[in-house]
Amino acid sequence: MHAFQTSGNCIRNISSDQWAGAAADEVADPRPWAELLRQWSTLHPEFSYLPRKFKICLIASDEDRAAMRLHDIGIQLVERDGKLGAAFYVGGGMGRTPMIAPLIKDFVPIEDYLSYSEACLRVYNRYGRRDNIYKARIKILVHEIGAEEYARQVEEEFAHVKTLGIDPPLAELERISAMFAPPAFEASASDELDRSDPDFAVWVDQNVKPHKQAGYSIVNIALKPIGGIPGDATSAQIDVMADLAERYSFDELRVTHAQNIVLPHVAKRDLYAVWSALNDADLANANLDLISDIIACPGLDYCSLANARSIPIAQKIATRFADAERQRDVGELKLKISGCINACGHHHAGHIGILGVDKKGVENYQLTLGGSGAEDVSVGKILGPGFDEDGIVDAVEKAVEKYRNIREPGERFLDTYRRVGAEPFKEAVYG
Amino acid sequence: MADPIVSFAEFEGSNATAVRIEPGDDARALIPHLDRLTLVEVTFPKFRDGRGYSSARILREAGYEGTMRAAGDVLVDQVPFMTRCGFDDFAPDVPLNEADVKAALGRYADVYQPAADARVPVWKLRHG
Ligand code: SF4
Repeated sequence: MHAFQTSGNCIRNISSDQWAGAAADEVADPRPWAELLRQWSTLHPEFSYLPRKFKICLIASDEDRAAMRLHDIGIQLVERDGKLGAAFYVGGGMGRTPMIAPLIKDFVPIEDYLSYSEACLRVYNRYGRRDNIYKARIKILVHEIGAEEYARQVEEEFAHVKTLGIDPPLAELERISAMFAPPAFEASASDELDRSDPDFAVWVDQNVKPHKQAGYSIVNIALKPIGGIPGDATSAQIDVMADLAERYSFDELRVTHAQNIVLPHVAKRDLYAVWSALNDADLANANLDLISDIIACPGLDYCSLANARSIPIAQKIATRFADAERQRDVGELKLKISGCINACGHHHAGHIGILGVDKKGVENYQLTLGGSGAEDVSVGKILGPGFDEDGIVDAVEKAVEKYRNIREPGERFLDTYRRVGAEPFKEAVYG
Repeated sequence: MADPIVSFAEFEGSNATAVRIEPGDDARALIPHLDRLTLVEVTFPKFRDGRGYSSARILREAGYEGTMRAAGDVLVDQVPFMTRCGFDDFAPDVPLNEADVKAALGRYADVYQPAADARVPVWKLRHG
């Protein structure tokens, strides 16, 4: 761990997929490429005084679990004709002006990808706005000159930058890759699973995800007990998780942006033991990606910038939907809460988003619907006038019940919203 | 007595050998005239405005070999970055402490990326 570039108008730490190196659907392990970016951007002489902070995300799957297109630069590793390359999306972001990064280049050969990044940054460093802090992110530049023009300028800069020898040889990537070598998987690990314990089976279906190695799984620990504080764990629970990581996941444990924990490499034959230990520690919440798996920022309870509390709203909503059967019937529903316009709780990207605002000294909550931080990325839209603390919980419930009444088979909340639009939900909530 | 420094706007059409460029000036416009330039002064009205780093690198990348001066709100923390971007002369508004500058320049033995100076990135040292 290090604290380089965790502040300032520089390139911040690179983010990636919480299942990197384990996900069954990745074209390559994104971590070595992310590390290469980290090295290139660390103490970068030209890009340490950018117009504004700069965040890059790199993923390697079609399924986006990292809100890639809501970053200043989102990169997806892709394969074309058997060759690895990078698709570049530039100019996304949340905050007070949420924007989805447009595709700037669909395939940058991987041996050019640092040069291409350098070109992207140079255009931004030269032409990004510096007159107004709220208009200084790259999303504003790309929006103002247009994605096509930005891409053209990057292309021109790239033609020059590529001659400077910025891209290291493949040998360097191989050296880095060795640090991310897969753990010593057992080649003959069994794929069989005894699902006879129904509670265990429910947890497996909800929280355990496919691993690229046969006989292994990705375990997601949802730190979202009904009525608890999203993302909180006691010291005793942290000890349990650390022990489980050591014993069953090759000593590896990851913290996710969704305020959950991942044990990336668990043998299927160990799943029951892991679940039992989690269950004993009240950590076997089988609600990953369900409505009670809420992302909530610290809000007014802890944050000096807040307009409203986030945590108690999350607690009340989760409690309202405590019935596990009902939650599962509702299915995937990403609910995200921010206590102010800075959007640390990613409310723009919530299927249901809640934004706390200050209305003449009183906490008020705006409801947005239809956002997504995944591959079907979109920015949620405000449904109508805001609510007080109890009103927002009722409004969420009404919207969810509306969805249950009008959904077509197989539709998630988000799909139904996209099909029917805001009107039926408006009627249900305000009618 | 050195030649007078002209502004970017005055430079076009003159035969000046020294020019001052502000953050918003396009350094690339100087590229056709690099042969006669002996001094480029890049201004930093505020240390936070980092456009001058790109200006300097662009000129060095185009083969400019004269003096590259950073002038204005130039602080010790910026000197290592500026040096890597090709600056070799400094005119700070507030004088810098020599010992601090030396310490800042010597802080890291290796660099991760090639730039406009002679330092060799650590990957090149490893792999040649
Ligand atoms: S969204 Fe606002 S209230 Fe919440 S953590 Fe960020 S700054 Fe604080």
